[in-house]
Amino acid sequence: MKRAAGSVSPTGLLFAAIGGAGLALPFVTFRENRIVLGEGVAAWAAVPPGAAAFCIAAILGGLIIGLATDRPWPRFGGSLVGLAGLLALLSASAEALLADALDLARVAPGAGVWMLLLALTLLMADALSALKPGPSARAAILVVLLGALAAVLASGLLADISTMQEYRARAASFRAETIRHLWLAFGSLGAAALIGFPLGILCHRRASLRAATLPTLSLLQTIPSLAMFGIMIPILGWVGATVPGARSLGIAGIGFAPAFVALLLYSLLPVVSNTVAGLDAVPRAAQEAARGMGMTVAQRLRTVELPLALPVMLAGIRIVLVQNIGLAVIAGLIGGGGYGTFVFQGLNQTATDLILLGALPTVLLAIVAGVVMDILVDATRKIPEESA
Amino acid sequence: MIEIDALTKIYGETRAVDAVSMTVETSSITAIVGTSGSGKTTLLRMVNRLVEPSSGEVRINGERTADMAPYKLRRRIGYAIQGHGLFPHHSVGRNIGAVPRLLGWSKKDIRARVDELLELFGMEPDAFRDRFPHELSGGQQQRVGVARALASRPDLMLMDEPFGALDPIIRARAQEDLRRIQRQLGSTIMLVTHDMDEAIRLGDRVAVMDGGKLVQYAPPEEIVSRPASDFVAEMVGDNERPIRLLALIPVADAMEEGNAEGPAVAATASLRDALAMGLWSARDALPVERDGEVVGRVTMDAIRARAERPE
Repeated sequence: MKRAAGSVSPTGLLFAAIGGAGLALPFVTFRENRIVLGEGVAAWAAVPPGAAAFCIAAILGGLIIGLATDRPWPRFGGSLVGLAGLLALLSASAEALLADALDLARVAPGAGVWMLLLALTLLMADALSALKPGPSARAAILVVLLGALAAVLASGLLADISTMQEYRARAASFRAETIRHLWLAFGSLGAAALIGFPLGILCHRRASLRAATLPTLSLLQTIPSLAMFGIMIPILGWVGATVPGARSLGIAGIGFAPAFVALLLYSLLPVVSNTVAGLDAVPRAAQEAARGMGMTVAQRLRTVELPLALPVMLAGIRIVLVQNIGLAVIAGLIGGGGYGTFVFQGLNQTATDLILLGALPTVLLAIVAGVVMDILVDATRKIPEESA
Repeated sequence: MIEIDALTKIYGETRAVDAVSMTVETSSITAIVGTSGSGKTTLLRMVNRLVEPSSGEVRINGERTADMAPYKLRRRIGYAIQGHGLFPHHSVGRNIGAVPRLLGWSKKDIRARVDELLELFGMEPDAFRDRFPHELSGGQQQRVGVARALASRPDLMLMDEPFGALDPIIRARAQEDLRRIQRQLGSTIMLVTHDMDEAIRLGDRVAVMDGGKLVQYAPPEEIVSRPASDFVAEMVGDNERPIRLLALIPVADAMEEGNAEGPAVAATASLRDALAMGLWSARDALPVERDGEVVGRVTMDAIRARAERPE
């Protein structure tokens, strides 16, 4: 898509508008301690004028590149320049504001930082998607970006930011809850796959089973998540109290088990329905030919039906994974652990920084899981969609 | 030899196939023709037990198919269907080698057989072996489908409207190819079609089905010249009967001594071709050639005599 020189990129205009609004809004919030209401500080207010001008110029430069061209590589470069400027300004602001403040004072990213971060990452995502990278290139990009994020966090540039201070106070429990969260999300997914794939295959073969199963699973899906976790408490509490040996397995009304079961129930519909849909989409003639040439039921499943259904089945897994990573936060409410622990602690203490300590890794995890699953779906799609 | 003995399929109240008996000779093509709902496809699918017969039996070289495990039976019988049914995620080579792989052939044997079949169907093995079905034209896909059905040198090949999805020109080529390859390999083929032209052109014998019953089973000449019922006559088509008859007779059969002017017609061509040539060039007689030499002539009178209703 080429336009005459001097015209602007429509997406670039949107990103620049978001970024411009971000620069006008308070950049960071300064607070006397972690729970009082803070006051907003503008982007140019905290840092010496020269340094501020340099950083703001980098941010504006990135946004303007996005505005001026449709070519993906310059836009990607622009987003990197802008993000570097944003990072430097945030780091410098926090350091400057805390330099002559009391020990308990906090600096948190304000609306301005979040808006600029949104504008610049949208610009980056837009540029990357315009490059149309293949599965392996996407994997490489993901690794590089995650590596860059890890390097920034390890460098200490953001050490003065409030959420990082919350993290330092809870490093050990953060690691434990991360593992808990992963267990909840991936464990329930694994169990759902173990139950859902065979159930999906059976539903594909028997219309009567399908007619009974899919509406039941849909019904489960409509139960609000808080209610679902609530329902699990008496049910598993009863199981833990009456079934011999259940309690020693850790099954009780609160804690990990009810959260796990609730997530599992939510996972079943996407897994089963995508398995059925994937198998339904296998060309009739190919199935007929497989039967006619003398493949057994198992051979047909292994060499024809499952390979052709795999991309759709993996798309179901993707839905479940992203959904479960988000939903697992609610486990924190019933003592199931995970990032939800920080979110609900933070809510109780009205400590926004602590809420973010739970929320930000959840969002990041969900995004990464989504991208990885998309890569897998594409890598298993051996034939173009139109001929499948 | 394939013996079909009082084969019957009943769905609820309907007799989809009603006590059909016929014998298919080895190394011949039997074309089963009928309107939709005549039971022709059900009959075919009972041979490899994709449909289980309600009663009656099928014997292949004397062996009762009912005594074999269905999947083992099917591995001995080639099966080609309308819309080819190739596996979209497997290469051409893997598609053709599917049945030999099921039978446990060695990799080397499978590869050699795949290349042999691709050659046979006029597709350069190095160019086509590793392509995927969606990278082929409709005609090529259909050829790969037939090649796959022939891969394990089956006792019998079943074809269900194999050319149904092809346009007329490619279809005619595919029919000629099948005829040539069948002669070359000596395959036994049962083929279902709704198209009487195709049945007459390909069949050594033609089986006409109507309402689940076999109404006539005879060589094509007989179907055209002596239809057993009004239904068969209608299938053949009154206006086309003389032309169809001529299409079945080689020029050599009506040849006489003597000479004629103008371009020659091949002795192996049909009388229909000779008639067309004569009409178009307004000649009363055409020279006949065999292997590039003129060996006699065929007159328009002789052609006309062959197109008359038989006694």
